[in-house]
Amino acid sequence: MDKNELLNKMKTAVLEGEIEDGEGLAKEALSAGLDPLECIEQGFVAGINEVGDLYEQGDMFLPELVAAAEVMKEALNVLEPELQKSQQSRDIHGRVLIGSVANDIHDIGKDIVASMLTASGFDVTNLGIDVPTETFISKARELTPDIMGLSALLTTTMPEQQKVVEALEEEGLKDKIKVMVGGAPVDKQWASKIKADGFAENAVEAVKVAKGLVGK
Amino acid sequence: MKKRTFQPPCSKLKFEVLSAHDINKIHEAALEVMEETGVRFPSHRALDVFEEAGCEVDRDSMIARLPADLVIRSLRQAPTRFVLAGRDPKDDLFIDDRTSHLSTDGCAVDVYDLQSGELRRSNREDIVNACKIADYLPEISYIWGPPVSAQDVPAHIRPLHEIEASMEGTTMHIQPETVINRDIAHYALEMASAVAGGKEKLRERPVFSYMQCATDPLGQDGGSLEASMVAAEWGIPTGFMPMPMSCATAPATMAGNLVVTTVDAVSPLVLMQLINPGTPVYFAAAPTALDIQTGGYTGGGPEDFLLAAAFSEICHFYQIPLAVGGFATGAKLPDWQAAVDNSFAGLMPVLTNTSIINGAGTLNGSKIFSLQALIMDAEIYNIIAKTSQGINVNDETLAVDLIKQTGPGGNYLAAKHTRRHMRDLWRPVVYDRKPYGSWEESGRRGAYEEATDLARWIIDNHEVEPLPEEVKKEFAEIIKKADRELGR
Repeated sequence: MDKNELLNKMKTAVLEGEIEDGEGLAKEALSAGLDPLECIEQGFVAGINEVGDLYEQGDMFLPELVAAAEVMKEALNVLEPELQKSQQSRDIHGRVLIGSVANDIHDIGKDIVASMLTASGFDVTNLGIDVPTETFISKARELTPDIMGLSALLTTTMPEQQKVVEALEEEGLKDKIKVMVGGAPVDKQWASKIKADGFAENAVEAVKVAKGLVGK
Repeated sequence: MKKRTFQPPCSKLKFEVLSAHDINKIHEAALEVMEETGVRFPSHRALDVFEEAGCEVDRDSMIARLPADLVIRSLRQAPTRFVLAGRDPKDDLFIDDRTSHLSTDGCAVDVYDLQSGELRRSNREDIVNACKIADYLPEISYIWGPPVSAQDVPAHIRPLHEIEASMEGTTMHIQPETVINRDIAHYALEMASAVAGGKEKLRERPVFSYMQCATDPLGQDGGSLEASMVAAEWGIPTGFMPMPMSCATAPATMAGNLVVTTVDAVSPLVLMQLINPGTPVYFAAAPTALDIQTGGYTGGGPEDFLLAAAFSEICHFYQIPLAVGGFATGAKLPDWQAAVDNSFAGLMPVLTNTSIINGAGTLNGSKIFSLQALIMDAEIYNIIAKTSQGINVNDETLAVDLIKQTGPGGNYLAAKHTRRHMRDLWRPVVYDRKPYGSWEESGRRGAYEEATDLARWIIDNHEVEPLPEEVKKEFAEIIKKADRELGR
């Protein structure tokens, strides 16, 4: 298979959400001697961009975006270590650390946001659910994200968002990391009250807000 | 704007208002009334036909008594299925007694102006615009009407202008309700024949059908009868629409109302079959109740919903397609009341597999036409259609393997099964599902504002296949001739 054929296959895999093909195609490309950066940008990201356009036109829907992001994730698991070896980096909008706050076990909304951010060119680390404040802080030190996304579905777990923001302040990280909050009971007023930098009501808005926060 | 598709519903949900026993009781009662009391047919031409068929006719009161065996024979002769042809064959409707088609409402006299929002008298251009929007909306199957009255053209030739304006706005089938005398019926059929390409072609592909109103209780309108007799000679489908109003033109009880409705729908069918056996006839009905406080027409409410569904069941017993009035809310604006009325009035006939539902687009008891209401009614109908499909249960839809594979706490977002089936989920056109913040930022725009934008967009952008030049010329000549002869 020649280079263009492989790149096309990557694009198609993303467009069709063939999650199981992500890893295989990435490996095949590496063993064929392709540049990992080229695979990402000309192959997978090209597919992601087309999916984004189709979504905007109303021809594709959220599950397709999520599947596309999953393909990309599988491929990146193989390609990113190779990039690091050659001291290259892919073009990203920014790094995002995301999770549901302590005592909150809801993940679907947060996962959709994570997928959409991945699909839109962010490097996303998803910490999962019921993430203690300490973990948010230690991971922030380790990964130096541009954005931290805090999800809370319950009025009873919303205060945890505030605790994380306060902890970031105490640790002197608040100026370096933009905080986004979301979840059904969360609104603009709450976001500004706890000094979060961004708020969105759904995943599509979250991407817009995130891009705004990193100046894209 | 993407073109949507829509499959007229053939409800899979089971729903029953009357038992088989109830239906038989109503049927027997109607036969008894037709045979013993008779029905008033204020047309000597019609009475001639009944007399010739051996019915007892009283020329003074103009009442014909119809023997039960004649009625039953006539019901057998009328076809269960027929075609209502569009000017474009892609718009042909195959009317059976299972599939439900939605039409516009007919003949409102006022409209809410799309630009100013003000209420004003309707004109010819409103017909073109309403038809254009109906033509664009896949939920609307044909034009009953005209949707509004063309009050800016002379009254004696108004129905002909209304037909022409309707055809400028759509290639769908047209069912005029304003062709209500013998003379105008001839000219209207000449127009239909010009479009179809001759009288014989028209018989094969009726681009027109008629709907006539009855004069309840136990009576028909003379002019309408004669117009329909012309239609029967031409083989054009005709429906008769009783609208008995409980307490006023029907007994207060719903069962009694149904007896009157049945008599006034079935008796003209007998006439049509005597004139031209096998002529397609459909039943139409908008049984309702009097507003006992004001004496007005209710245009919605539980009685209307039940009566429509019940009469639909009676029509299945006769195997004759039924058109019912629905979506004709009494609300003055496309508001909460309009949505309540139209949701029920649309749902009940679909659940009882009624062939035709007339009425999208009007308010104030069919007197006000609103282009926004037309679009919103279409969306209500789309919701109803989707609901009536019920739930499919098979191995693919049960998705047991997927459920086991995903396990507890996982999600189905990226699953292929999801992508295979997600497009089956209902999606709105004007329904507001915006997040609160976006709604606030949009200036609190809801379904009405979306519908306003869509209506304007359709009028500016939707192209309808124009009438051929030679047809336009023929129309002009027919209307000129009618003006000369009827205008005296």
